[in-house]
Amino acid sequence: MSAVLQYAVQGLAAGSFYALAALGLAVIFGVLGVVNFAHGAFYMLGAVATAVLLDTLDLTLWWSLLVVPVLMFGFGVVVERLLVQWLLQLDPLYNLLLTFGLTLVLVELVKQRYGVSGLPYQLPGGLQGRLDVAGVVLPRYQLFVLLFSVAVCVLVWLMMTRTRIGMIVRAATEKPELARALGINVGRWVTPVFGFGVALAGLAGVLAAPFRAITADMGNNFAIILFAVVVIGGLGSIVGAVVAGFLVGLVEAFGQAYAPTFAQILIFVLMALVIVVRPAGLFGRQEATT
Amino acid sequence: MTNSVIAEAPPAGADVPVAARNPRVRWILLAIGLVAALALPWFIYPPVAMDIVALALFAIALDILLGFTGLLSFGHAAFWGSSAYVTGLIATHYGVPFPVAVAGGAVFAMILALPIGYVSVRRSGIYFAMVTLAFAQMVYFIGYQWSDLTGGENGLQGVPRSFFGIELIETESFYFYYAALPILLFGMWAAWRIVHSPFGRVLVSIRDNAPRARALGYETDRYKALAFVLSAGLTGLAGGVFAINHGFVALTELHWTTSGDVVLMTVLGGIGTLWGGIVGAFLTVMLADYLASSGFSGIDLITGSVFILVVLLFRRGIWGTVRQQWDVRRRRVAARRALRSYSSPDRSSRRTTSGEGTGR
Repeated sequence: MSAVLQYAVQGLAAGSFYALAALGLAVIFGVLGVVNFAHGAFYMLGAVATAVLLDTLDLTLWWSLLVVPVLMFGFGVVVERLLVQWLLQLDPLYNLLLTFGLTLVLVELVKQRYGVSGLPYQLPGGLQGRLDVAGVVLPRYQLFVLLFSVAVCVLVWLMMTRTRIGMIVRAATEKPELARALGINVGRWVTPVFGFGVALAGLAGVLAAPFRAITADMGNNFAIILFAVVVIGGLGSIVGAVVAGFLVGLVEAFGQAYAPTFAQILIFVLMALVIVVRPAGLFGRQEATT
Repeated sequence: MTNSVIAEAPPAGADVPVAARNPRVRWILLAIGLVAALALPWFIYPPVAMDIVALALFAIALDILLGFTGLLSFGHAAFWGSSAYVTGLIATHYGVPFPVAVAGGAVFAMILALPIGYVSVRRSGIYFAMVTLAFAQMVYFIGYQWSDLTGGENGLQGVPRSFFGIELIETESFYFYYAALPILLFGMWAAWRIVHSPFGRVLVSIRDNAPRARALGYETDRYKALAFVLSAGLTGLAGGVFAINHGFVALTELHWTTSGDVVLMTVLGGIGTLWGGIVGAFLTVMLADYLASSGFSGIDLITGSVFILVVLLFRRGIWGTVRQQWDVRRRRVAARRALRSYSSPDRSSRRTTSGEGTGR
C-alpha cells in the first residue's frame, strides 16, 4: 500500500512537469493555432538557465522559480515577433516545421556552449531529504513540486476564470471564431500568450532541474510526450491538458515501477487507445474532422 | 478549413507536374535523371552516392503523403529504421541475396504501417503529424529496449552484402551501387505510378477538399490508410538499401531527427513535386558530407537554420519554384500565341491549344 502511494506521488510529481508544460502548449495552440515543437527545447532552456543562474549568480531555486519564467517570457516574445508571426496566416504545419528547426538550433547551441554532459545542480537546503507521512517515506522535493505545480495550475485556472484577460484567452483558445465574432481582438493577445506558454515550459524546466539530468537533449523526448499528452487531453482544452499531464505522469511512474521496459511505450499505447475511442481526446470537443 | 499543405500553390499546379502536360519535357527530364543516376558514382564517393539515391526515394515516399494527400507524417523514421533493422537481420542470419532482404524489410515496414496508419488517419493535419511522431517514438523505444535483437545503442553490426555469389558487388561499393540502383529506381517509378493513377487523383482530392471527396462516395480514411502503407513500403525499400550500403544499422535511423531530416529534404526540394525529393536529398547529403569533412561539429545548427529559412522565405522549395517560373513563362508564351492568332483570323484554324486544360 505504502509503495503504491509512493509511486502515486512520484507519478504526480512527474506529471506536474507535463501538466505545466502541456498547459502552455494548449494555450499557444488555442490562441495562435501553432503546435509548438520547440516546447521541449524551452523546457530544457528553463532547466539550463536554472543551473547557470546558480553557478554564476548564486541564485537559489526560489529565485529561479521567479526569474526564469520572466526570462523565458521575454524569449518567447522575441521568438514570436521574429519567427512565428510570419506564418500565422498559413497552414499550422508550417509553424510545426519552423519550431522543429528552431529546436534543432537551440539544442545544438546549448551543446556547443555547455557540452553534452549534464550540468550539476544542488537543491536548496529546505527541500532536501525525505518526509515521513503516516508511515510512507516521500522525498521532500517531490512533494514540493507537486504542491507547487498544483498551486500554479490553480492560479492559472483562477486567472482564466476570474479575470477579464483570462476569459479572453480562454475564449480565444476554446472558440476563436466566436471570440472574434463577439468583437474580441484575438490578434492583440497572440504575442503575450506565446510568451506565457513559453514561460510555463520554462517553469517546468526549473522544477525539473534538481532531479533530472540537465542536458541539451533533455527536452527532446519530453516534447514528444507532451504531444501525446495534448492528444490524450484534447488539443483545444485547457483542463484536458492538465489532467492528461498528471495522468501520463502516473502511467510513467507505475510503468517504471512494475514494467520498466515498457514505461515509455505505455504512454503511447494510452494515446493510441484514446484516439481509437475518442478521436478528439478526453476533454476535446468532438468536431467534424476530416 | 483547408487541409492542403500547399497553401500557396495554385490548386491545379501542385499535382500535375509540367511534364505531364508536355510529354517531351517529361522524357527529357527522365533521360537527364537516368543519366545522372548512372553517372553519380563516377563523381561522388559511391557509398555517399547510394545514400543520396536512397534518401531521395525516402523523400519521394514521404511526398506521396505530404504533397499529394496533405498528410505530414513526422514519424517516417519508424518505417525507414524498422526496415533497415529487418533487412539487416535477414541479411545477417539467412545470408540471402540483399534484394531479398530489402524486400523483406519493405514488407515489414508495410505491416508496421497498418496499425499505425489505421489509428493515425483518424486525425488529419496537425494532429496527424503529432500522432505519427508519437508512434515513431514508440517504435524507437522498442528498438532501444530490445537490444538482444537490435544491438541497442551499439546498433546492428556487420550486415553482409551478398548478391547471388558475385564477389565484386559484395566488396566494391562502386559495383554495389549499380546492383542496388534498380531497386530504388523501381521505388521511384512506383511512387510516380501511384500519384498519377486514379487512386492518386483521389488522394489529391482528399488533400484539396476532404468533405467533398467523402460526399462523392470515397472512403477517405481507407484511401489515406492505403497511401500511408504504400508510402511506408517505399520508405522501407529505401531504408533497406541504406542499411546494406552501410553494412550496419544505427539506432539513429529510428530517431525523430531522421523523420525531421526527410521532411526537410522534401520541403527543401518542393512539396508535391516528386523530383523535389531528389534535389532535396542531393543537397542535404552533399552539405552534410561537406560539413563532416571540414570538421564542423554542429550539423544540426545548419539543418535547423535551413529549416527555418526555407519555411519562412522559400516555401515552394527549389523544384517547386523552378516549376512555377516555368509555368508562368509557358502561360505567357501561350497567351501571346493566342493573341496573335486572334488578331489574324486566317491562322486561327492552326491554333495550338497549349496551356489549356490545366483546370485554371
